[in-house]
Amino acid sequence: MLRFLLRRILATVPVLVVVAVVVFLMLRLTPGDPAAVIAGDNATSEQIEQIRDSLGLTRPLAVQFGIWAGNLARGDLGESFFFKMPVSALIAQRLEPTIALAFTTILLAVLVSVPLGVLAAWRRGGWLDRGLMAFSTLGFSIPVFVLGYMLIWLVSLKLGWLPVQGYRRLADGFGPFIRHLILPSITLSVIYVALIARVTRAAVSEALTEDFVRTARAKGLRETRVLIRHALANAAIPIVTVIGIGIALLIGGVVVTESVYAIPGLGRLTVDAVLARDFPTIQAVILFFSVAYVLINLLIDLSYVVLDPRIRY
Amino acid sequence: MAGPLADPGLPALDAPATIWRRLSGNLSVAVAGGVLTVLAGVSLLAPVLGTIDPGLLDPVNRDLLPGASAEVLSLTGESTAHTFWMGSDSYGRDIYSRVLYGGRVSLLVGAVVATLSVAAGMAIGLVSGFVRWLDGLVMRVMDGLMAIPGILLAIALVSLWRASLLTVIVAITIPEIPRVTRLVRSLVLSIREEPYIEAALAVGTRTAPLLVRHVLPNTLAPLIVQATYIAASAILVESILSFLGVGLPTDVPTWGNIMAEGRLQFNQYPHNVFFPGVLLALTVLAVNLLGDGLRDTLDPKFNKRGVRPA
Amino acid sequence: MSAEHPVLRIQGLSVVLPKGADRRHAVENVEVTVAAGEIVCLLGESGSGKSIIAQSIMGLLPDNIRPVSGQILLGEENLLAAGAERLRALRGASMSMVFQEPMTALNPVMTCGAQVEELLRNHTAMTHAQNRARVLEMFEHVHLPDAARIHASYPHQLSGGQRQRIMIALALILKPQLLIADEPTTALDVTTQAQILRLITELTRENRTAVLFITHDFGVVAEIADRVVVLRLGQLVEAGASRSLLSSPRHEYTRMLLSAVPSLTPRKSPVESSLPVVLRARRLSKIFHPGGWFRRGAPVRAAEEVELELRRGETLGIVGESGSGKSTVARMLGRLIDPTGGEVELDGCGIASLSGEAARRLRRRIQFVFQDPYRSLNPRRTVGAAIVEGPMNFGLSQAEASARARELMDLVSLSPQMLDRYPHEFSGGQRQRVCIARALAMQPEILIADEPVSALDVSVQAQILQLLEDIQRRLHLTMVFITHDLRVAAQVCNRIVVMHRGRVVEQGPVREVFERPRDAYTRGLLAAAPGRSFAFGQV
Repeated sequence: MLRFLLRRILATVPVLVVVAVVVFLMLRLTPGDPAAVIAGDNATSEQIEQIRDSLGLTRPLAVQFGIWAGNLARGDLGESFFFKMPVSALIAQRLEPTIALAFTTILLAVLVSVPLGVLAAWRRGGWLDRGLMAFSTLGFSIPVFVLGYMLIWLVSLKLGWLPVQGYRRLADGFGPFIRHLILPSITLSVIYVALIARVTRAAVSEALTEDFVRTARAKGLRETRVLIRHALANAAIPIVTVIGIGIALLIGGVVVTESVYAIPGLGRLTVDAVLARDFPTIQAVILFFSVAYVLINLLIDLSYVVLDPRIRY
Repeated sequence: MAGPLADPGLPALDAPATIWRRLSGNLSVAVAGGVLTVLAGVSLLAPVLGTIDPGLLDPVNRDLLPGASAEVLSLTGESTAHTFWMGSDSYGRDIYSRVLYGGRVSLLVGAVVATLSVAAGMAIGLVSGFVRWLDGLVMRVMDGLMAIPGILLAIALVSLWRASLLTVIVAITIPEIPRVTRLVRSLVLSIREEPYIEAALAVGTRTAPLLVRHVLPNTLAPLIVQATYIAASAILVESILSFLGVGLPTDVPTWGNIMAEGRLQFNQYPHNVFFPGVLLALTVLAVNLLGDGLRDTLDPKFNKRGVRPA
Repeated sequence: MSAEHPVLRIQGLSVVLPKGADRRHAVENVEVTVAAGEIVCLLGESGSGKSIIAQSIMGLLPDNIRPVSGQILLGEENLLAAGAERLRALRGASMSMVFQEPMTALNPVMTCGAQVEELLRNHTAMTHAQNRARVLEMFEHVHLPDAARIHASYPHQLSGGQRQRIMIALALILKPQLLIADEPTTALDVTTQAQILRLITELTRENRTAVLFITHDFGVVAEIADRVVVLRLGQLVEAGASRSLLSSPRHEYTRMLLSAVPSLTPRKSPVESSLPVVLRARRLSKIFHPGGWFRRGAPVRAAEEVELELRRGETLGIVGESGSGKSTVARMLGRLIDPTGGEVELDGCGIASLSGEAARRLRRRIQFVFQDPYRSLNPRRTVGAAIVEGPMNFGLSQAEASARARELMDLVSLSPQMLDRYPHEFSGGQRQRVCIARALAMQPEILIADEPVSALDVSVQAQILQLLEDIQRRLHLTMVFITHDLRVAAQVCNRIVVMHRGRVVEQGPVREVFERPRDAYTRGLLAAAPGRSFAFGQV
């Protein structure tokens, strides 16, 4: 088991290296002059020169990478051109809303989709199954922002039940905090629910065809026990895996959702940075999200040890 | 060691006629295919379907509600009566025309991204699955690419290159390639273990003909299904890019663009967001349904082992 | 074993299949009776409906397959009329089942002990400590060594034989009236098979449990059955006491089946020793190193220092259980895989270190027939394409290759019209004929057959063996025949090589090895063959 854990942790190293290299190369591989790209269309040549210097673009590529990676290791993510502050401080500022949104979304999605998926697999072909599959396909098809606007229009504007946009810090009270997060969470969770429900249904269906489920039924066990202790327990790994992989979808969705609901989080920061061509910030945010994704998936991989004794021994 | 095995009963992709019959018999495929054909047709035939120049700025006719009729002054100075079926935006542009022309971009992006990513992913995946020493390296790179959330990568790439149709397509394609590569590789790895591959080697088939005759045909079905899902995702990503303002320039009408501009007046004039939104959802839904239908017909129980077990 | 206390009475049972199946009734108007303490074998080939009957009794049929008439009486109660709750209460406690595949029958994420205790908790009201004690006691009863360790183990840590013992423990711990065993030994090695059969008979005699034992193997019937019921395509063909049915069957189908079972008495003598040795293995070894980048598993010694020789025109059998290395050796002989040590000589020339194109050219001289006729043919290519592929790889034109294909279809008794059909349109036996034709299309001198009949029904098996024999005679082929089935080896081989855990433990003329085995393992293997006391193949 220890070897499995070590192996998994070591395996993330090459991935992180590739991520770092890709993020680093993104700017340097643009056609034309990177500094000009950052400076924008109306820059003077002095401004472009200035940017080129500050980014160290005149040195050889490998050296640049070395310096950049070294800075990263010290937590120095550079200075934002646009916001005129260290990027690390910028990220720290915007972290809470994004984490709050992500957390409520994941919680909501998992609590809704797993039970529904299990029930759909149990009564394969029944109305719940077909309804869930239809919902799942719809969930994949409606763009997050369209859904967001529809919900705002219906719930906030027409019915007035919830605030339209914005974010309230947890420190300012739990009530407002939650009320501002409900619609964004629901909007963002739809696609996540669609994905997890689908995979849960497939995995549990597959588990229900396994021989050991037949044995469990032959023992005269209650159907609920068969479903949960035998089928779901063995479907856990694919389900947990997709929860991890779905984080990528979540991150993409966060960018859009924060935009729609005017939440001052990292997603909004990304959009603002891109529109302002604030390159250090873009780089830092992408790096942050990618590393977060890799680490979350690592945790999920490590959880296999708990879920499957075959890995333990 | 086992006793008599039951017949796996794989669906045979024999004559093209049988495939066609089975496809058209499937409800999802038929309906979705029909809807998409209509949408494509409508987009292509936009010029003759009662549209005007989608970029025509006409402040006189701004913010008209859906169904309103008004006089439109064209660039040549003629004045014609025109019904704004879907209303007009804050610059007076006809939403209906913009939506129809916008469809072209979405469908084109979907089709091209799907084709390119599958082609690239197939090439890399085949090589990776068959050439062992390359496999490890290729997979690490793919894992790294997959770790960067696709939309972020696309946003970053588009913002760094000049925003044009080509850059948008390439930016959306690149994040899709690793997933296809993974799929192809796992398919190749499982097919490689099949007894009929060993049998083909036993009669002296060389590697290249082996790939073409035996491996490729068994990977086509899942790849086609995957391609449709990629198309759906690409259409969505393109609209998100446009919506966030990092997609195609605003003079090219795309559904995302129209919604981006319309969001500012969402309270009073929801029709700006509503019409393109519905059409976008409908198109993506149709493509997804098509994928589901294709998967059910071409590949009823495709699992990790590649061939349906007994 | 009288019929005074019938525990199970199946009367007039008919079960229909959903629309689109190859026939309407899975089971039609079947009668079976099993008395307390009696072992009744339900015998049939694939598709005979025997598993459906078992599932009907237990109430475990899939939703789309339904019984439409008849009754199933357990004691005095009609199971077909019982509700779902009642059936659930009976399952595991009054009637229980043991399945064919021990490797997948247990929940991988629960300990073995927990899975048996779960059963006890479901049906009884004992305390936790009592449950545990009862389970440990039962584990010892089924001869599982170190019961406490087994209790805490997960299924994947145990062997197939051990897992099957746990299944038996599960099935018998509540002392049910009826035990249904659905081919419980088919997936096990011959030696384990014998142990499990003994265990089942021992435990069920002890408690006077009625046993319905489903099998396709006449050897098993001869070994343990009191009475036999023969099924064919869902219909009852013949039933009666085991001894009398086996020695004088009345129905033609039963006679046919019995005559297809090969006898354990070897038929052939070795070929002339003056004939040249065409293939020789010297100190042949294969070591596998599993694992990828970070992982280095323990090396697997699949074959070690194997020495054997093959003379022209003879059939050499390589006999062993799973994991013995026989398939690995076969593939090394034909250079489908590379040996890690030793030498293979074809007509005196070393071929072990050949690679690439040179190895490929060997295909014209050495050909293979594989075990699984269902998966040895690419499902998306026609049968004709499969046969002509080989010759065309070596330069034959399409026309010439097709002509040869047509001739070969005749040779294997299939119609040449069927060349443009797809594999799924053929039965298992027919597919194996196609595979044989494919191998012969290369016009090889040596044919290596790796368990070519193991996946086939016994009647089809006999036909394929006969076909191979005819072809060998007509085309003057030399054969290497891999099998785990001693009866088949007795029928087709001149000489045999017995392998165990990668090593050759004994070899020689087949009569000599069978009648005077020298190695302990060989002796054990021969002793374990079910029904060896009954002389088959003489009806």
